[in-house]
Amino acid sequence: MTLADWLIGLMWVALTAYVVLGGADFGAGVWDLVAGGARRGARQRELIEDSIGPVWEANHVWLIFVIVLCWTGFPAVFASVSSTMYIPLTLAALGIIARGASFAFRKASTQLGHRRLYGAAFAGSSVLTPFFLGTVAGGIASGRVPRGLAEGDLVTSWWNPTSALAGVLAVVVSAYLAAVFLCADARRAGSVELTGAFRRRALGSGFAAGAVALGGIVVLRYDAPFLFSGLTTVALPVVVLSAVAGLVSLALLARGHFAVARVPAAVAVGALLWAWAVAQYPLLLPPDTAIDDVSARPEVLAVTLGVSAVGAVLLVPSLVWLFVLFQRPARE
Amino acid sequence: MSWPVLAEVTTPANLMAARTQMALSLGWHIIIACFGVGMPAITVFAEWRALRTGDETYRLLAHRWAKAMGVLFAVGAVSGTILSFEMGVLWPGLMETYGQVIGLPFTLEGFAFFIEAIFLGIYLYAWDRLPPKTHLLTGIPVCVAGVASAFFVVCANAWMNQPRGFDLENGIVTEVEPWAAMFNPATPPQTVHMILAAFLVAGFGMASVYAVAILRGRNDRYHRLGFAIPFTVAAVLTPVQIGVGDWAAHFLATNQPVKLAAIEGLYETSQGVPLRIGGFYSDGEMHYALEIPNLLSLLAHWDPNATVLGLAEVPPDQRPPVNIVHWAFQIMVAMGFALLALGAWALIVRWRRKRLPESRWFYRCAAFSGLASVLALEAGWVTTEVGRQPWIVWGVMRVEDAVTPVPGLVAGLAVVTGVYVLLTVATVAVLRRLAKAPLPLAPQEAETGDTERGEP
Repeated sequence: MTLADWLIGLMWVALTAYVVLGGADFGAGVWDLVAGGARRGARQRELIEDSIGPVWEANHVWLIFVIVLCWTGFPAVFASVSSTMYIPLTLAALGIIARGASFAFRKASTQLGHRRLYGAAFAGSSVLTPFFLGTVAGGIASGRVPRGLAEGDLVTSWWNPTSALAGVLAVVVSAYLAAVFLCADARRAGSVELTGAFRRRALGSGFAAGAVALGGIVVLRYDAPFLFSGLTTVALPVVVLSAVAGLVSLALLARGHFAVARVPAAVAVGALLWAWAVAQYPLLLPPDTAIDDVSARPEVLAVTLGVSAVGAVLLVPSLVWLFVLFQRPARE
Repeated sequence: MSWPVLAEVTTPANLMAARTQMALSLGWHIIIACFGVGMPAITVFAEWRALRTGDETYRLLAHRWAKAMGVLFAVGAVSGTILSFEMGVLWPGLMETYGQVIGLPFTLEGFAFFIEAIFLGIYLYAWDRLPPKTHLLTGIPVCVAGVASAFFVVCANAWMNQPRGFDLENGIVTEVEPWAAMFNPATPPQTVHMILAAFLVAGFGMASVYAVAILRGRNDRYHRLGFAIPFTVAAVLTPVQIGVGDWAAHFLATNQPVKLAAIEGLYETSQGVPLRIGGFYSDGEMHYALEIPNLLSLLAHWDPNATVLGLAEVPPDQRPPVNIVHWAFQIMVAMGFALLALGAWALIVRWRRKRLPESRWFYRCAAFSGLASVLALEAGWVTTEVGRQPWIVWGVMRVEDAVTPVPGLVAGLAVVTGVYVLLTVATVAVLRRLAKAPLPLAPQEAETGDTERGEP
């Protein structure tokens, strides 16, 4: 493996962390949206607020890390994607502002009217942001982002069947992860009613995610034949892993093993990303731009990997502590 | 449907829109980020005093500040994310060529931001999950990582002023020394100046909230302490900042003389140059300025007859817009000295009478100190950014070669401006609500209430 392979691998690990952890935070916003009226939905919203409050900012940093690794390690890819994808990236950026700010504002507000307003902004942007980020992924995967500044079509690069599929899949998968994670949080909070509600949602959105992913194969067959052939050959084992892990998580949920169900749920979603990566390796911008064509100078790659290894020594234990701390019941 | 792509034909309107959008989002974020850098240390100090003395007032203040910090950090995190999007969405020409050269400080910043976000989550939400001492300790990584984040980000900006650590052949980067790029000559003065500015903005900003409360008659111990702690931090650091500012100006005199010439509106390279205060620059001359003979030469080179380079040294298309830079610099310096005087007032009263000033005029001025420090911050930032024009990377890449060729940036600017207006209104409204929320009156406070003097 070359240095560039290691760096894209690191970037993909970070992206996986963002999709699983950050995705679940967006998904919680999706459930906040459909929790019902102010009174009926109050307890669900409270649970969502308690669950994502301490962790969402840390989870969000994964996105920044992916972006920075991209412009450091593959500057031409960063420039090509962000110039061609000007529209969905701007919309996703605005969604990120609305989601993060309004979540914090709602927590700090007491009046019902204000809480409703901020809540609507939080929940609405929790749907739109993953959708637009998904459309960007779909555009890259279907080979619509050529190398160069704004060389791709400014509209059809992200407004096309594969992008629509990826956008919807991002939202559904986020909702599924959030529901799975919230099941265990609800049980720990001691609420039978909420546990049941999120279990139903986890099962429903899990099936929906499976259906979108399966139906998506048909879309890819016609709209992104290159990706399709990769997914059905070299990446097939990873696709199967995703499907099996998804089914296992649903079975565990059905039997009420909520804490354990998180693992296969995360694997099912993460494996989708890795299937995409394996299917198009060694291309970075299909159809013809490979990793080695666009990677940064080797000295840059080496330094980036080096400081990341050192940074990980600080980061990993801190992250583990954060998650463990808030999975324990509070002290007196 | 296919849209016309005006590759390599960026219109002046589009370039202006991109610059305005970047200025708006960066100018907005920089204020919030200052609180993110400065506020944790001040809050942790209050919590530490509460633990040491068992004084309930300190504990209340720490809790109150932590709440505001939660809101400000969230807004800062997302407004900072937008900037990383905009680096590519607006300036892909810069990133395509130089993304790898300045990637190192940004990668390090990513880790610092991680640590900050993780420990802030713990600090804000784990009051009842950790023993008090452990909780206090979790605030320390937040302080350190906040300062480190500021350092790393400003390293990248310093590189734009003093690009180092790469070889260029036909517009392609052929060799990179990431550490040399990061630790370029502008790094020391710029990072120190910015980190101090963050503490000044946070300190004066927090203090001005309590100055307003004191003016409205809430002159109890809680409000006096809430004023005294952040104000003291800022007042002590103000003279240091002025010294560092002088260092930064010296640096410009030798390393970026065109920027200094724009700051002073100096056209011809000359000896024994006067310092010009106020005035208006046109046709190579500064009109209606107050001149102090030989002072610029003295300040820039420690010699009243020293030669100072003028704008005429570079062709007209490489000169920054003088009036903007000149006035921004003047405003920054004026605010700096006004804050120095205000801080000295408080420190002298404190030293001679062992108490805070009682004059209403002092608190009227202090109520504006937050605004003044933000004005100085923005003016200083305009000085350094506009003073670099027309270069995005000084002497190496022009702004118009960095901007995206995508059409319709004006529409994007309109949408983004709308979102920032809403964000500003909501942030101010939420912070005001937090500040106005009634205090849970603790027994200690009721007893000691108005009998004690505030102590900085």
